[in-house]
Amino acid sequence: MTQKTVTETVETKTGGSAKRWRIPRHVIVFLAPAVIIYTLFMVYPLIDSLRLSLYSDEGLFVGLDNIRELFPGGNLSSSFWNALRNNFVFFAFHFFVQNPIGLLIAVLLTQPGLRGRGAYRTLIFGPTLLSVVIVGFIWQLILSPLWGLVETPLLGKTATALPTLSLMSVWQYIGIPMMFFYATLVGIPEDLLEAARVDGATGWKIFWKITFPLLLPMIGIISIITYIANLNAFDLIYSVQGALAGPEFSTDIMGTLFYRSFFGQQLQIGSTAVGATVATAMFVVILIGVLVYLFGFQRRVTTYEL
Amino acid sequence: MKRTNWAIVLLAFALVVAACGGDDDDAATTTAADSGATETTAAAPAETVELTIESWRNDDLAIWQDTIIPAFEAANPGIKIKFEPTAPAEYNGVLSTRLEGGTAGDLITCRPFDASLELFDQGHLASLNDLGGMSNFGDVAKSAWITDDGSDVFCVPMASVIHGFIYNKTAFDELGLSEPTTEDEFYALLDAVAADGNYEPLAMGTTDQWEAATMGFQNIGPNYWQGETGRTGLIAGTEKLTDPAYVETFTSLAKWADYLPSGFEAITYPDSQNLFTLGRAAVYPSGSWEIGLFNEQADFEMGAFAPPVKTSGDTCYISDHTDIALGMNAATSHPDEAKVFLDWVASSEFSSLYANALPGFFSLANEPVSLDDPLAQEFVSWRDECESTIRNSYQILSRGEPNLENEMWAVSASVINGTLTPEDATQRLQDGLDAWYTP
Repeated sequence: MTQKTVTETVETKTGGSAKRWRIPRHVIVFLAPAVIIYTLFMVYPLIDSLRLSLYSDEGLFVGLDNIRELFPGGNLSSSFWNALRNNFVFFAFHFFVQNPIGLLIAVLLTQPGLRGRGAYRTLIFGPTLLSVVIVGFIWQLILSPLWGLVETPLLGKTATALPTLSLMSVWQYIGIPMMFFYATLVGIPEDLLEAARVDGATGWKIFWKITFPLLLPMIGIISIITYIANLNAFDLIYSVQGALAGPEFSTDIMGTLFYRSFFGQQLQIGSTAVGATVATAMFVVILIGVLVYLFGFQRRVTTYEL
Repeated sequence: MKRTNWAIVLLAFALVVAACGGDDDDAATTTAADSGATETTAAAPAETVELTIESWRNDDLAIWQDTIIPAFEAANPGIKIKFEPTAPAEYNGVLSTRLEGGTAGDLITCRPFDASLELFDQGHLASLNDLGGMSNFGDVAKSAWITDDGSDVFCVPMASVIHGFIYNKTAFDELGLSEPTTEDEFYALLDAVAADGNYEPLAMGTTDQWEAATMGFQNIGPNYWQGETGRTGLIAGTEKLTDPAYVETFTSLAKWADYLPSGFEAITYPDSQNLFTLGRAAVYPSGSWEIGLFNEQADFEMGAFAPPVKTSGDTCYISDHTDIALGMNAATSHPDEAKVFLDWVASSEFSSLYANALPGFFSLANEPVSLDDPLAQEFVSWRDECESTIRNSYQILSRGEPNLENEMWAVSASVINGTLTPEDATQRLQDGLDAWYTP
């Protein structure tokens, strides 16, 4: 759509030599709703929260003073870096556990001769549709040392709490990479695999030489979606461990840190300045990740037309 | 809940955009407030005014609807009251968002001290200096909802809660135990329960962290730091959190780990409540706010004892915490009706209704209220035997970052979990306080 607009406008520009150049009306009409809504509800608040991070709570311009608090020597430094580290651990679990298993399930689901394909697909995708609160509550009960099946307080130890929560989230969202991979896999023409088989390739070799390269762009997209979603995560941790993300902040991620600083917690008074600062930091971290993906991966990966 | 908020904000925003294009922020807030108000009035018949109460006490919904509101509405036919509670943990966040957005209710349930003071300073709570009913309250009662210089009082005190230990009388009788008064007796008792093995000695977990701090640290602590002496000492800077009193409190708290159910690190507040009301635990460290729920859920007889003192004959101190009050949204469109209701809240009729409907929430009014509930009577009787104080982190000391109250939650939980020594815990609290507070 954007591509088309650009070429069209370029054509109008070069073609209409005498006439004054103007954007065709239908382009404006079609773009307007999205542009207005995005600007109003996404772009404007985003820019405004970036702006807020440069001001104190009293509305005075303080430049980068708020941001400085996030770095060593600042008041927020230890909680911020702790949250960032935890957030990357949370992401690592999704990247190294959720996505490979999602791919494995998708590959299994596309095996010829599999019975009950639809049922498996629905069941595995099901948890994704559940409310996080329900998922958190059910798992909390399952893992409860009092009423549940596990004696060890997995959610209560600093060493195990974050991995446990990450795996809960993996359990819930595994359907998403699975669906993406599944859609790509069924799109791979049978002739390619047939030809490989004729050439004497085995199942494993076919996967690595044919299927995997064709999946690579999708793996990239899923990785970046996972990255953005995980860095913005909040709800599961909040519903299971509360805003203080215990024990000892071992499950504190950027989302919960932001919630505490912006909305406050028990006696802690919320602060727009600190909240906006944490939000800005989240934005920057996500932006860096997206840039790394765009320039480090997406531009280099070969996409095949099938 | 959040969805609805968003919907209202979206709607208000859309209206503003439709009406006045790109106007400034002030217009947006007034319109949002207006539309909220129109909604409220539109729902009620023409002459009656409906007032909404914001509260975190969702446990009390039935009591408000069945007892308190009907009593008020019968006497004031022109005013309808709607009680709209939010989950306790979300209340502060939700409330400040609603106040900012102009969608908050007419009457605001006030947290004690700084949380409400901040709302008053921001202009969200109205000053109640001219409210007649305020004369029913003494200075101590008002202390939690007054400006530092004492010039403005902004919430009508409703109730305080008293910390202590609730126990299962059946279990005590069965094991031949009696209420402990000293710390040695307390631990001997827990040992006896543990040795018997039929009951968990103490029902508590550390997942939610606030239990460790509120039901543990703030419960037994006043006996160590001598109530108000220690609390005001901290504010004045004459005492430090690293003083022996605080180390001893944490040392005692650390011992609790042996008596808590196994896996207590992952036991939540509702878990421990259920554990106790199901009759599986002997002692529940807590406070009077549990009485109402426990009376309803437990089918055994309960008793209560005050936090044990170090040696027999010591003065005992209890945390008699000014906990809850009611203020008026400065932006309400019905200030007169709201004041009528607040005046009624300050009256002895309300005190007695409230204190008896919610045993465990003790009236702060000068006029004594007679209580029917035996457990509540037990709690309130300690006011005569012991010195009262409030939680030491609530006034002034939690205004900065790192927040002392949050730190106390985390540190108390870690001390019980055994991941932090009492000395390190107090050092961390004092360091955190020193980072921003100068007495």
